[in-house]
Amino acid sequence: MKIRSLEQIVAEHRFFTGLGDEHCKLVCGCARNMLFEPGEYLFREGALADRFFLLRHGRVALELTAPGRKAMTFRTLREGEIVGVSWLIPPYRWTYDARALEQVRAVAMDAECLRQKCDADHHFGYEMMKRFVPLLVEWLHATQLQILDVYGTPA
Amino acid sequence: MHAPDAMLPRIARIRRRRRESAQVWTLDIEADGTEASGFAPGQFNMLTVFGVGEVPISLSGDPARGTQLVHTIRAVGPVSEALVQLKPGKELGLRGPFGVGWPMAEAAGRDVLLVAGGLGLAPLRPALYRLLAGRHRFGRVRLLYGARGPEDMLFRRELASWQRRADIDIEITVDHAPSGWTGHVGVVPTLIEHAAFDPGNSIALVCGPEIMMRFAIDALRRAGMADAAIYLSTERNMKCAIGQCGHCQFGPTFVCRDGPVFRYDRLRTFLGLKEI
Amino acid sequence: MSLWMTRLSQPPGKRHTMVEKVTVTVDALQALLDQLKGRGYRVIGPTVRDQTIVYDEIDSLAELPRGWTDEQEGGHYRLVRREDDALFGFAVGPHSWKKFLHAPIVELWKVVRNGEDVSIVAESPPDQRFAFIGVRACELHAIAIQDRVLLGGQYPDSHYRARREGAFFVAINCGEAGGTCFCQSMNTGPAVESGYDISLTEIVTESGRSFVTEAGSEAGLQVLAALPRRPAMDEEIAQAKAVISRTAAAMGRQMRSDDLRELLERNLDHPRWDDVAKRCLTCGNCTMVCPTCFCTSVEDSSDLAGETASRSRRWDSCFTMDFSYIHGGSVRASARSRYRQWMTHKLAFWVDQFGTSGCVGCGRCITWCPVGIDITEEVRAIRDSGSTEG
Repeated sequence: MKIRSLEQIVAEHRFFTGLGDEHCKLVCGCARNMLFEPGEYLFREGALADRFFLLRHGRVALELTAPGRKAMTFRTLREGEIVGVSWLIPPYRWTYDARALEQVRAVAMDAECLRQKCDADHHFGYEMMKRFVPLLVEWLHATQLQILDVYGTPA
Repeated sequence: MHAPDAMLPRIARIRRRRRESAQVWTLDIEADGTEASGFAPGQFNMLTVFGVGEVPISLSGDPARGTQLVHTIRAVGPVSEALVQLKPGKELGLRGPFGVGWPMAEAAGRDVLLVAGGLGLAPLRPALYRLLAGRHRFGRVRLLYGARGPEDMLFRRELASWQRRADIDIEITVDHAPSGWTGHVGVVPTLIEHAAFDPGNSIALVCGPEIMMRFAIDALRRAGMADAAIYLSTERNMKCAIGQCGHCQFGPTFVCRDGPVFRYDRLRTFLGLKEI
Repeated sequence: MSLWMTRLSQPPGKRHTMVEKVTVTVDALQALLDQLKGRGYRVIGPTVRDQTIVYDEIDSLAELPRGWTDEQEGGHYRLVRREDDALFGFAVGPHSWKKFLHAPIVELWKVVRNGEDVSIVAESPPDQRFAFIGVRACELHAIAIQDRVLLGGQYPDSHYRARREGAFFVAINCGEAGGTCFCQSMNTGPAVESGYDISLTEIVTESGRSFVTEAGSEAGLQVLAALPRRPAMDEEIAQAKAVISRTAAAMGRQMRSDDLRELLERNLDHPRWDDVAKRCLTCGNCTMVCPTCFCTSVEDSSDLAGETASRSRRWDSCFTMDFSYIHGGSVRASARSRYRQWMTHKLAFWVDQFGTSGCVGCGRCITWCPVGIDITEEVRAIRDSGSTEG
């Protein structure tokens, strides 16, 4: 099997479709490959959100835990998706746990590195925003639908 | 002689009753003295608990087994609660089948995407049986099913057996789950985004709560599906099931007579209107 | 007379194309009632009760609202004395013939238990045939519309059919347009054109009140043949025509009707619906008095021991909350949506469903609305707002 370069991986990832070469280089400068075993946490609630992940393989559960209750999964993510948005806004803290459901291969993006590049090059920053905003909107819509509990019994 | 009165029920009896989830039961019933008239996937019957009332319930069984009428019922009102309390052997009233079902003929030669939410899997199951029975006549068959939680899923054993088949792709998601659940968590539209299919040669059959269907249709359209390739099954109050009591009107249509399955482009104007 | 003989010798059921008119007197009209009774009909006609003109069983002409007329406006109905002694000098009241044909309450079936054996027994409709006296053009159209709804589909309604099939219609050309009438706008009157067995036009001759009369069916011909009559004179025929033109010119209301389907479909979110919702009490009167409103609900009941159970059907109204109830709540919770449902169904979506408008311009919904909501005015308001959407 051919070993693909990080640049190839990033360029081919769904999230970065259409990103120019220059900008792709900027992204890759902040990227590194990571591997998580099943059950391993990508990050924990409350910790510093200093990165986000492009999922290349394997699924991740986003979980919340309340005292006295088992952890609840509110979303699973899979290959092609992004894990983590808390790095975008201060105070840069994770608001949930992300746990690997199976072996997960991911590209971790250094948030500090990326934020600096966005600040320095607003065109690049805009490219990033164009990718994150639709994602946030889609999550918002999905969350709305979830909150409505449409399969439940109306009161 | 005039045709038999469609308002007169036949006597049917409960043959088997099994619990699907906390509120949902599946009843197999057999009708006295009537030959198997068959039904089309997506059609419904009117079931009566004598002295209590009558409700429309979609057929959820195999259309190839016409003598055994299967209905999956959520106990949420006086009639449906009484229905699921009926023990094997007890009689009930049966009228039907009524309505226009899923477009099985139009699906031939195309990929079929079934999108079900909650109890919406029940009216889609006869379509699945039909697709699997004539598997070679259809392209890829894919079921995307969303339920509230793992314990709310319908037909669990059957879904598990279908998941082992190579000729059908099944993806199941739940709105939320305890951490032991290893399947998908998220709403049904998120499954559509990941389902690789050729929007130009697919037909989508959608059934679930109306809000879920609106979100699912949005996702299908974003994926490139034409409005005329999307079908949905709707729900309205029904009393007669034959277009004469007026209750089930949805814009210019009678859901009982012109539906419950509609092609999306024919309902589009009205689907987004409040209180139509 | 010879003309009559010629026609009677025609094979039964053949539709006569030549219009032959005869004149009958008031006395002959009593003979008509007697004839119909003698033939086994239950004779129903207009009569005064509770200061309104209602439809009920009648035996003699004396029970007709002779010398009365009705003053009608939005939310207003008064009986007043006429200056003459016309027999049919009024418009329509709160009743319509649907009361008899599409009865307000119908027993559908009951369950009979015999040990382990359970069977369903259909309740039979009454086997007596109705003869309706004084049916207006708009009402004949309303009946034709209900025929389409209840008999025109895959599953004809057996109770409606039983009541409808043998019915005998004595129609009357309207000599008086009511204050809320607009049949002229809906092309449903005031002249009766079809669907009757006998039609009458009330005129004044030297010998007093008379009726220019025509048969519209073989049954009508036979009944007419048994009445004292004479061929109508030209001037009587002219007078009858004049009665109809005078009525047509005196319509209390008007409503443009050729584009209603499109007008309403593109204005389903018009602010006028909010406006009418402020006035509408959602009482459902309009649906009860409407001669075409057909909606029903069913009710199941059982005895206390649970030995017998039965189902009945009764008129329902799209103005009730229950009407659109699905698990969790009503689809149409607001008055706005319920009024919109009624009006758009009646004037627009009825066309999709049954190939005809659901409105015959009888004006009952205007007169009997407790707050005087006027369907013609509501349509005008939407039309005049110059909808830009379409």
